[in-house]
Amino acid sequence: MAYHRYDAVIVGAGGAGLMAAIQLAGKANIAVVSKLYPPRSHTGAAQGGISAALGNREEDHWEWHMYDTVKGGDYLVDQDAAEVLAREAIDAVLELEHMGLPFNRTEQGKIDQRFFGGHTRNYGEAPVRRACYAADRTGHMIIQTLYQQGIKHDVNFFDEHHLVDILFSEDGACCGVVTYEIKTGELHTIHAKTVLIASGGYGRVFKVTSNALAGTGDGIAIAYRRGVPLMDMEMYQFHPTGLYKLGILVSEAARGEGGKVINGLGEAFAARYAPTLKDLAPRDMMSRFIYQEVKEGRGIDGKDYVFLDVSHLPPEVIDEKIPDVTDFARVYLGVEPKKEGIPIQPTAHYAMGGLPTNVDAQVIANPDGETIPGFYAAGESACVSVHGANRLGTNSLVDLVVFGRRAGQRMLKEIQETDWATLPQDPQAKAEAQIAELLGRESGENAADIRATMQDVMMDKVSVVRDEPRMREAMQTIHELQSAYRHVAIQDHGKRFNTDLLEAMELGNMLDLAETIIHGAIERKESRGAHYREDYQSRDDINWLAHSMIYQTADGLNLRKKPVVITTFEPKERKY
Amino acid sequence: MEVTLRIKRFNPEQDQKPHFEEYQVEVEPLDRVLDALNQIKWHQDGTLTYRRSCAHGICGSDAVRINGRNRLACKTLMKDLGRKITIEPLIGFKVEKDLLVDMEKFFDAYKSVKPYLIADDAPSTGERLQSPEERHVFDDTTKCILCAACTTACPVTWTSDDFVGPAAIVNAHRFIFDSRDTGGRERLRILNSGTGVWRCRTVFNCTDACPRDIKITEAIEQVKRALLFEGV
Repeated sequence: MAYHRYDAVIVGAGGAGLMAAIQLAGKANIAVVSKLYPPRSHTGAAQGGISAALGNREEDHWEWHMYDTVKGGDYLVDQDAAEVLAREAIDAVLELEHMGLPFNRTEQGKIDQRFFGGHTRNYGEAPVRRACYAADRTGHMIIQTLYQQGIKHDVNFFDEHHLVDILFSEDGACCGVVTYEIKTGELHTIHAKTVLIASGGYGRVFKVTSNALAGTGDGIAIAYRRGVPLMDMEMYQFHPTGLYKLGILVSEAARGEGGKVINGLGEAFAARYAPTLKDLAPRDMMSRFIYQEVKEGRGIDGKDYVFLDVSHLPPEVIDEKIPDVTDFARVYLGVEPKKEGIPIQPTAHYAMGGLPTNVDAQVIANPDGETIPGFYAAGESACVSVHGANRLGTNSLVDLVVFGRRAGQRMLKEIQETDWATLPQDPQAKAEAQIAELLGRESGENAADIRATMQDVMMDKVSVVRDEPRMREAMQTIHELQSAYRHVAIQDHGKRFNTDLLEAMELGNMLDLAETIIHGAIERKESRGAHYREDYQSRDDINWLAHSMIYQTADGLNLRKKPVVITTFEPKERKY
Repeated sequence: MEVTLRIKRFNPEQDQKPHFEEYQVEVEPLDRVLDALNQIKWHQDGTLTYRRSCAHGICGSDAVRINGRNRLACKTLMKDLGRKITIEPLIGFKVEKDLLVDMEKFFDAYKSVKPYLIADDAPSTGERLQSPEERHVFDDTTKCILCAACTTACPVTWTSDDFVGPAAIVNAHRFIFDSRDTGGRERLRILNSGTGVWRCRTVFNCTDACPRDIKITEAIEQVKRALLFEGV
């Protein structure tokens, strides 16, 4: 058994993890664990931009950004957190520029900014140019820049280590992790004063998703099985413009630059639903508009997709501002966006829910906000909550930079104030047992079949539009799949690069998360943001202006409510 | 349509040397090679091993040799390949298992060119200024996803262990020509050494292999010209 001791271990080397690592580098002894090589992290797939009220193109204020974030999240956003997000976004974006991020520039040489869904001037008056960007590969440039800084600061990377367990001491402090070294099959215990889960989201729970194959929610699921609650799991965002059938993201920047969504009649239908913002209405709404058009027979040729049309834009705008996403349409669908519409459908994109934290990225154990010593989460793994019931475009990148940074700063303080908590006896026991069981079973259920059934049922019954009977059916299916999973058999029984084993472990994580999504979605008897129920079509602020916290208990799943923090903006009806 | 994938397999825990195995797969013309690999792994042979993540050409995990050319498995479609498709690991790096190679040497070369901004202190308020024209000069080389398709397509890297390779030069270029950066001379000195740009024979294999369409040979030539005409 390999044993290491660090001040901090960071699980996940995407934007949040690396941002935290850079805060700690040189000041504490840290390890960054990733099941990939860091620049492969899914932050790199983010396209359109990162918002900050710099005001480089027109008047803007962080208070407007805060308001848009709160309203965009259908008032499920904690407003103290939204304030931190909007205020600190400005410094965070400048810090990225100082690190070398090659933003597009204005004629004056400043960071250029463009329109994005739901971002407005003067509390909803009209769209505002707030999204700072590097062509349509802003996430790529963020992950590259942060990885470069990691190299510069000589950060200690544990590349291709898969998280198997999170360790807690007898008195409940988080004290390390167990990882599986993919190259050798060896387990490592990393004993640490502080642990940050920044392992991303879990879009792979759904059939059509923009997420990487690696987006399986490992850190969240493992913490949950260790008794940590998960918050707002029913709040899952479907991005309106995924490539048809493939789910590959076509950035909202396409609409920010003037693209429109068109139905089978050739009609730009968003204006009918959202007269002010039209195609720049927030994602939850755009996805529902598309669902409605398709349902009423106005998909393209009556089928289950519509067009994203950018053909009317000047060719140089397409080539300069949205080159990658138009290339996706060419490569994967054989469609030339300069001439014809791009077939699109809503795609599972972003988890608003996750590990509940305060504004310092400390994971909380209950609705009272009590923190778990040593335990942190940031980025898509975390639910602060700054996204509430629906995240605005560009705010994921803001989130991971702002709260990744705050995580690093708070962890440093805890590192300076505390000693290492005592590891539990035989810290690798659970991880060893799990792996031995999977490696030892010679025959049984096929993991890929279980996964495909899960993805189908989640897409069919728990996606853009939901109702209780269908969600009950979905829950039944997930429970059957969990039973089948207990007999899952893999074919690769080797030690080196056993990706068969890894995929089976990831499946176990996703099944548990799927169960929490459905549980939260059944319990939340209202429609709010991304959670839309045909059987409860309106928002219910009396009963559900509250976060859901789901616990795994011996008697099944248990849901507790946590009040939303409201400081500035009273909930109002959400119109665009 | 049914296609045959001929895949080079090697598991050092069992095999003395690599061998080819053939798999029949039912695919659609717009399926990616990665979809076919996944089909085999999930429904025929779970031991087949390769790296993958984003599945749309952004993360750089799944560069392999497809019919003799370095390509991303997730950016190469069945319709462009014929009915019999040969898939092998990248050349020049140690094969760890099947299509998965040791990337350590690649990342070491990348790190050797100081791939991070070297600059004077940032302004206390606001951003460093850079004109759109200055930004445009190095735009092409910011696209690199570190997939290693270029470096392992370069015949010089097949025979020489210490050439930094095209990807490292691309990433040096990205900073040398960034108006905000002051470390250009340091990097040029590194690339002027025996392991640097002069090993390049202008074969254009790197440019052909790049899944991001970066004009890599041109970028290498720009670095050479900077060495010749601007000196270090």
